[in-house]
Amino acid sequence: MKTDQIRKEILLKAPRERVWQAISDSASFGSWFGVQFEDPFAAGSPITGRIVPTQVDPAVAALQEPHRGKRFQIWVETIEPMTRFAFRWHPFAIDPNHDYSSEPMTLVTFEWSDAQGGTLLTITESGFDKIPLARRAQAFKANEGGWTHQATLIEKYLAQQEQRQAAR
Amino acid sequence: MNAKKLALKNSAAVFAALGDPTRLAMVALLCGAGPLPTIRLKQAIRSSRQAVTKHLNLLETTGILTSKRVGRDRLWRIEPHRLNETRAYIDQISADWDAALERLRKFVEKNSG
Repeated sequence: MKTDQIRKEILLKAPRERVWQAISDSASFGSWFGVQFEDPFAAGSPITGRIVPTQVDPAVAALQEPHRGKRFQIWVETIEPMTRFAFRWHPFAIDPNHDYSSEPMTLVTFEWSDAQGGTLLTITESGFDKIPLARRAQAFKANEGGWTHQATLIEKYLAQQEQRQAAR
Repeated sequence: MNAKKLALKNSAAVFAALGDPTRLAMVALLCGAGPLPTIRLKQAIRSSRQAVTKHLNLLETTGILTSKRVGRDRLWRIEPHRLNETRAYIDQISADWDAALERLRKFVEKNSG
């Protein structure tokens, strides 16, 4: 299992141009992601955004509400119309009292290809191995009691599997 | 038990160990300031020596920490491979992307239909 990157593919029932606009236009990006950028995206310079609850999902918007106004920056690296859009950022940078600027960033890349009935979008985020361990441990904190619950479910699942095998 | 199931079982143990706020605080402290002797952890956590030792032993059994004897105390350090194996950090970000991409779907499919 790769620990250094995340890769996602999503088939969108929308024309390629439409998907390109939704991601490369900073205002459109902001409305689904849940952020308001101060400037249009341009390669090579940092762009500052503030968390603003998303306009497309009320349930997610409620979860984002406590983080409203938090600042973060992205550095756009690549803008190749209809083909590739890439930026660097600090993943999981949610602690307003922590200065992330000296820490390594991950690279997020969106890639477009045509597919039957729409557009296939591939998203990769890479470079996690360089993120400090202390930062990675935060993921457990963010989950609060969630892990305990998850652990119980996994234990139950494994116990059932073993019982099934024993019964054979 | 096959390798995949064993890995899952090990992850479950790590999640359970870190699901406790005191143990998570100890691990976070050792991530940032470790290795540390038991006495320092006891001071930072402000708990009885007995309670602290119990937590530390559990974390060592799970493989998250290792220790060695130094004089009359023990020195505790993080076993980074163990935390990496669980991928909790990446899984969290991965889940965030799944949610964000569903919002993107709503956004582009609604406006082009």
